[in-house]
Amino acid sequence: MATRNARIGLVLFAVYLLLYGGFVLLNTFAPQTMESTPVAGINLAILYGFGLIIAALVMALLYGVLCTPEGDVEIKDAQTEGNR
Amino acid sequence: MIYEFSFGAVAVFAVFVAITLGLSFYLGGKAKSSAGYFAAHGQIPWFVNGVAFAGDYLSAASFLGICGMIAFYGYDGFLYSIGYLAGWIVALFVVAEPMKRLGKFTFADALDAKFDSRGIKIAAGISTLAVSIFYLIPQMVGAGVLVTPLLGLPHWVGVVLVGVVVILIVVTAGMVSTTWVQFLKGSLLVVFSAVLTIMLLQRGFEVKQGGADGHEFAADETQTVTTHPDGSVLVNGEPKGAKKGEPELHPVGWVSKLPGGKEKTGPVGPLEFFRVLQDSEVVLWSSKTETSDDGTTTTVYSQKPTPGSQVLRPGEHPTFKGIRSDDPLDKLNFLSLMLALFCGTASLPHILIRYYTVKDAAAARKSTIVGIASIGFFYVLTLYMGLGAMTSGAMDVTNSNMAAPLLARSMSEPLFAIISAIAFTTVLGTVSGLILASSGAVAHDLVKNGLGVEMNDHQQVRIAKIASVIVGAIAIVLGILFEKLNVSYLVGWAFSVAASANLPSLVMLLFWKGTTKQGIIAAIVVGMVSSLGWILLSGDTYAKVYGLPATDAIVPFSQPGIVTIPLGFLTLVFVSLITRRSGATT
Repeated sequence: MATRNARIGLVLFAVYLLLYGGFVLLNTFAPQTMESTPVAGINLAILYGFGLIIAALVMALLYGVLCTPEGDVEIKDAQTEGNR
Repeated sequence: MIYEFSFGAVAVFAVFVAITLGLSFYLGGKAKSSAGYFAAHGQIPWFVNGVAFAGDYLSAASFLGICGMIAFYGYDGFLYSIGYLAGWIVALFVVAEPMKRLGKFTFADALDAKFDSRGIKIAAGISTLAVSIFYLIPQMVGAGVLVTPLLGLPHWVGVVLVGVVVILIVVTAGMVSTTWVQFLKGSLLVVFSAVLTIMLLQRGFEVKQGGADGHEFAADETQTVTTHPDGSVLVNGEPKGAKKGEPELHPVGWVSKLPGGKEKTGPVGPLEFFRVLQDSEVVLWSSKTETSDDGTTTTVYSQKPTPGSQVLRPGEHPTFKGIRSDDPLDKLNFLSLMLALFCGTASLPHILIRYYTVKDAAAARKSTIVGIASIGFFYVLTLYMGLGAMTSGAMDVTNSNMAAPLLARSMSEPLFAIISAIAFTTVLGTVSGLILASSGAVAHDLVKNGLGVEMNDHQQVRIAKIASVIVGAIAIVLGILFEKLNVSYLVGWAFSVAASANLPSLVMLLFWKGTTKQGIIAAIVVGMVSSLGWILLSGDTYAKVYGLPATDAIVPFSQPGIVTIPLGFLTLVFVSLITRRSGATT
């Protein structure tokens, strides 16, 4: 798996994993924080939940912009080099 | 509640079915080859494919189950929305392009691209069948759940109706017609959910003491349903009626206090909606069922005035009790469910095969982005629709699955007809995708490649069509048998099995060069068997399927993902290391 686009995808995946993991762990171990209303009288559970959905769309669009047709071609030389 | 035959809903649904069947027969000529039948010749435009992703993915569980859960318990149903959408990130960033690059017709094609192994084809084909059939059950049950209140027909009629229509759609033009059905359904669902949301924001909130029928509840007034062994039913102590105006349960769901002592808000903005609800009080309902010695069952529904801040916080529904529990096993159960939702989407065969319907990796990427936009927008709306239903005065205290259609009824009868018909089409779109994925697994993976039966292109399509009819018939039977099971609960099963059986192989094949064919086969088998076994031995299944005490269950918590997904990865690594070494020494 050594296409440029795939590598961009993995980086974005790692970022989203952190965001999603943070949400799940906060719910699990500090559920009271979800009841706080940090912005505009709306609680963190809704803000974070909507944030995750909006972040997914923004990152998907970013991925669409960053990926190029050339980036779909497998970089065989780089992969071989990396395995030495 | 008494539901009467809705001519409008039937008319709208009939029009949709007529259009889709007409389209299917018209497009039939384009699906005579296997490339046409399984993958629509890879010629579906990326935008259409993206909306079709939404039509394929947003099942009855999403529309009816999530809205119903939010309407009855508050925020918790939205956790499903968040998890289901997050799964698309795995699909887009990790799986989309390799699936398109490596595969041809089925999920097994991609897994087997490097190995040409009969074992992988058989294992992946069986896994596709297992996951698809698990997923089919709740869709078919959902069809029956809808038909009873809307048409006054028995559960099995809805199941058979949907089953027959879907078999016709799939058999006539395979992926070509399935795609257009899903495109139409996805578009209708998202557009009308948005309409419903705008209307409920325009309506705002109003303090009431009862539901839409005008009955004003006293503070401690309850509602009861008594079922005698002879089948007769009493509601609130009187024989249940059959027509409007006769005794029935009162519709429920109202705001009992608004901020600042207001009686009415008027139209509210999208953020103001939550702000107002946060500082209000809503009357929810709890239920308690008791069975006497003579077999009479009585369910008492009691009012439960609940602060808005509690409605809008996670951890109130029994499925998500782990959030507020001190028991580490409950917390593990919650983590396990959220992991399965995250990993499950990218492992669902009926979703993965949509990647073969577009021409290249770039189109696969673009269509996933359109899918995420449509699905994400819909999931945002689920929170509005669920909370809107909760305060609509139209809820049936006995049936959470009807929340979205009943919310529409509280607005207008024509909207109720449209939303109910869309709920039916929701089932059609998803079931078509599932039956197509299953028929591909049977014809392409198991019969042709697995068993090595020689057949030409047309024979393969014929086998796939026969498989579609058989799988459709099985789905109809299972939909009738599992009538009493909760729809969203069963979808959770399918996600766990898909993530445990399919994801480890897919990911490791892409990212670890040491993966062997034996490793892939072992991971699929271990992931599938362990997750299925865990589910069958879990407390949820004991209580909801076997009717036994949940505390007697063998496994410590109900959701398998946190154990069985890593187990799939470990199995793959372990078996691959062993088989590589033995391969090197022989």
